[in-house]
Amino acid sequence: MATTIQPQTAAKPATSLTNEEILRYSRHLIMPEVGMEGQLKLKNAKVLLIGTGGLGAPLGLYLAAAGIGRLGLVDFDVVDFTNLQRQVTFGTSDVGKPKSEAARARLSNLNPDIQIESFETQLTSANALELFKDFDIIVDGTDNFPTRYLVNDACILLGKPNVYGSIFRFEGQATVFGMPDGPCYRCLYPEPPPPGLVPSCAEGGVLGVLPGIVGSIQAMETIKLILGRGESLVGRLLLFDALAMKFRELKLRKNPNCPMCGPNRTIHQLIDYYEFCGVRGEEAPESNVQVPEITPRELKTRLDRGDDLFILDVREPHEFQICNLNGHLIPLGELPRRVHELDSSREIVAHCRSGKRSAEAVDFLRKAGFRKILNLKGGILAWSDEVDPSVPKY
Amino acid sequence: MPVKVMIPTPLRVYAGKKDSAEFSAATVGEALSGLTSQFAELRKHLYTEDGKLRAFVNVYLNDEDIRYLAQEKTPTKDGDTISIVPSIAGGSCDDDNRS
Repeated sequence: MATTIQPQTAAKPATSLTNEEILRYSRHLIMPEVGMEGQLKLKNAKVLLIGTGGLGAPLGLYLAAAGIGRLGLVDFDVVDFTNLQRQVTFGTSDVGKPKSEAARARLSNLNPDIQIESFETQLTSANALELFKDFDIIVDGTDNFPTRYLVNDACILLGKPNVYGSIFRFEGQATVFGMPDGPCYRCLYPEPPPPGLVPSCAEGGVLGVLPGIVGSIQAMETIKLILGRGESLVGRLLLFDALAMKFRELKLRKNPNCPMCGPNRTIHQLIDYYEFCGVRGEEAPESNVQVPEITPRELKTRLDRGDDLFILDVREPHEFQICNLNGHLIPLGELPRRVHELDSSREIVAHCRSGKRSAEAVDFLRKAGFRKILNLKGGILAWSDEVDPSVPKY
Repeated sequence: MPVKVMIPTPLRVYAGKKDSAEFSAATVGEALSGLTSQFAELRKHLYTEDGKLRAFVNVYLNDEDIRYLAQEKTPTKDGDTISIVPSIAGGSCDDDNRS
């Protein structure tokens, strides 16, 4: 059954296309599944993208190109050099600019006939309902659990569809939440994972094409909802494994006990989602272990004067290949069974990329009886900043 | 023919980097306990300390959520596929979870 949404019409809906628009959208117009009627639905539609990053890039490009009449872009971040590997809306000259504005400029160039608004703000419980209320469909392209739950709850409170996609390394998920008879994100995942069980940087990263594929699926679902055509992903969780190049789908059911969308709802307003997810804001999680430290400059001084220091690198082998300080490599996860490789009588300096994993290593080794062990403060990133800029940062 | 358990990307690091494993099992619970005996580190990611499946880990038998079947007592037959589907949040994988 095709699922459709009713546009939130405040202004009078468009009833015709200009000749220029007819030419621009001709490959839609000659398809009976879209046609003039469908193209006018797209023109009258209002879609809000949460996040203009990896998923937001193909979403913004395809939705703007398709002629969605009003596109909202919410992002508080600025374009970073490491974004360019996958966030294809942005060019090298956009580095340092606010993402929402850089995306607006790019999408306006792609399609000057549509209205594009950028909201350079962090989505919060205080502004979500106000931001969402003027849009028909919300598309979730965010990158953290608190915002995922916030987007879900705000969509349920306002009765708006939530086109969901998420990615991890080379695996993706997509579905549509928030339709009247369909499940919501909380039906699928009643609780977020505790922060300690979220994969860390050692397992992080993403294949650049992956958000392109998952975001494109979200764009397709958004357009299908607007057109009222085809089989929506409502009630189905699409799983994509890029390495195996396999798509699978699982049934999603509306949870009768869902605290958000069930008949006995217990959540009636937006809550503090950082508290709910057990994390505070976007700042990097602080290391919760206190260990003795050495700064990059102190380490340099001591190495230069010939002190006998053993450098222990606790990163992964593929990170060692990017750059290293000629240390002895034992990935953090292998440390417990390779501890015999270390000589507790020598002074050891442990390091990783930013200092967090190595703090855990130092903590572990101290508990194992090592006394002369220090953590390189700020890791190889700080070494590059303060001692040797020729060491690449990643 | 045994039951196949699909291991999702975020948990493969605790499962010898394997993407699936096969077990002879009569129920979903038996297959999962086969998995966690083979890969002990997986246990704390799948179960709480009192032995309950964690709320952010969904388990499917073929395409059906076991919460709507008989949970871990759901019977399995040869050739069935069990999928572990943890929540993932990434959209642009920026620096928030890196160290």
